[in-house]
Amino acid sequence: MEQLIKKIKGMVHLRAYGKQRDDLHFVTVDKAQLEMILAHLKNYEGFTHLAFLQAVDLLEEGKFRLIYMLYNYSTNVNLGVNVLIDRDNAEMNSIHKLWAHGWQYQRELHELFGIDFPDSPRVHESFVLEGWEEMPPMRRDFDTLEYSNRTFYQRPGRSTNDPAEYMKEKIYKNYPAAPVIRRDNE
Amino acid sequence: MSNLSSSKYRGYEADRSKYPEMKNGKAVIDLDSHKYTKIWQGPQHPGVTGNMSVELIVNGDEIVWAKTHVGYLHRAFEKLMERRKYIQCFPLVCRICVPEPDTNEYCVSAAMEDLAGITVPEKAQWLRTLNLEMSRIGSYLMWLGGQAGSLGMGAIAQWTVGMRDFWLDLFEEMTGGRVYHMYMIPGGVRKDLPDGFKERARDLIIRTRRLLSDVENTFISNALVKSRLQGLGIITPEMVDEFGIVGPNARAAGRGYDIRINNPYVKYDELDVKMITSTVGDAYARAQLRYNDLHQSLDLVSEILDRMPEEGAIQAEMPNLVNWKIPPGQTYVKAESTRGEHGFYMVSDGSEKPRRVFARGASYTHAISVLEKLAVNISISDLAGLMVSLHTCPPEIER
Repeated sequence: MEQLIKKIKGMVHLRAYGKQRDDLHFVTVDKAQLEMILAHLKNYEGFTHLAFLQAVDLLEEGKFRLIYMLYNYSTNVNLGVNVLIDRDNAEMNSIHKLWAHGWQYQRELHELFGIDFPDSPRVHESFVLEGWEEMPPMRRDFDTLEYSNRTFYQRPGRSTNDPAEYMKEKIYKNYPAAPVIRRDNE
Repeated sequence: MSNLSSSKYRGYEADRSKYPEMKNGKAVIDLDSHKYTKIWQGPQHPGVTGNMSVELIVNGDEIVWAKTHVGYLHRAFEKLMERRKYIQCFPLVCRICVPEPDTNEYCVSAAMEDLAGITVPEKAQWLRTLNLEMSRIGSYLMWLGGQAGSLGMGAIAQWTVGMRDFWLDLFEEMTGGRVYHMYMIPGGVRKDLPDGFKERARDLIIRTRRLLSDVENTFISNALVKSRLQGLGIITPEMVDEFGIVGPNARAAGRGYDIRINNPYVKYDELDVKMITSTVGDAYARAQLRYNDLHQSLDLVSEILDRMPEEGAIQAEMPNLVNWKIPPGQTYVKAESTRGEHGFYMVSDGSEKPRRVFARGASYTHAISVLEKLAVNISISDLAGLMVSLHTCPPEIER
């Protein structure tokens, strides 16, 4: 693996490298060099399996981190290739020509994170949220409580209680002190 | 066009000269021409493998175009986990796969342990292995019923699903829950085995084998099953990398990849797990492979029971899980489910809630990219058999 990291260093600007386990490594590369390094890893280094492509919203830094998780069948090593892209007008090159199922992950990221992948097939189709017109919901600044208060309504006659207060009032009213749970060995 | 071989097998060669006309490698389908009909298989249909649907365009009874629709089960588990403490994630993750929830529990526990640097005690590792292998048996029995049911053999489905219920009884003894167990938690497992569990498990293994010999006679060796499944949905070795195919679907196409062997976890490195492969790649090869894998899982449970230590801690020394903070980092943990590589990618930012959790299910590609490709040119009556033979599970697509 050290040799491979050296090779990657020689090919692209390696922003970061981390080893989580013997069979799991992470590298961070520049956005412009991603396709090139993925093609090299797939065609020449044996990382032929794309396990997934996902994103992490780094709201504080104004970035998205994309993770391309690759796997090498001969060395049994997972390599996560990370790339940081801007959160505003988030856009990334498509990898559907490298892996035929890449478009699925790109469609998901477009819907749930609002990351665009121009040229990716069916990227604007809906995945799980049919007719969704709000902010992409997996973004960290999507306010789930505000959305549900605005969209749904409480059924009349229902109320919510603080469980601790409710139990004190309804169940333990006749006990002056808080109940003590006794275990077998006490 | 590997699927054409299925037609060929039945002595029928599809005439591709007229319907559909191909332009630039794509079928030209004009619904107004009255030569095609659009129909939906699902979301409410006995021939689908859960709450998903396949939009089909058929010419006669032959599928010429297919598209998978999901979204009926989306419960935003990944988003919910970002707003919950680590220990609160467990009632959510098991629901990502109903027939085999333990793989989720294991992966999430192991991801947290990996990030926090926690070593799980020996006995807990054995108990986890037992739990995982039992859940594989439960899932395979359900699949076997589904595959038989998709070909109209409802009786076999009732046998195997009935037998699965006895395995759920064992789960109930072991974990307290039948379908969802929440047995594995960070640092180990919740409980040790109850008294007499091993004897009852060994007895059930014998009963399951007895049932499987009936299933072999009525299903695996059945000429009708062979004629329906042989040549159906052929996965070529080239497709494995191209579509990210894993698990029995990939092994039936000749790719020797089983995470229990290639990247062993819990106690699989000490067990005698054999790589079962085939080179045919069709639905019948996958059925045979899963049947053999089920037998192997029974062997493994038997071996685990023999080697299970009597004494030992089942939990590592853990901080208070209610306020547990995990050091910043990212990890990916995977396990071999009955459908293939099942993994969790987890990111921690040092707080008491995960920053990002992503569940990678094998069906994500099998039920969409692969199914849409393999469904073309098969008969509509074979679609249900094809879906089950890919072992598609919608909840792990939508999470």
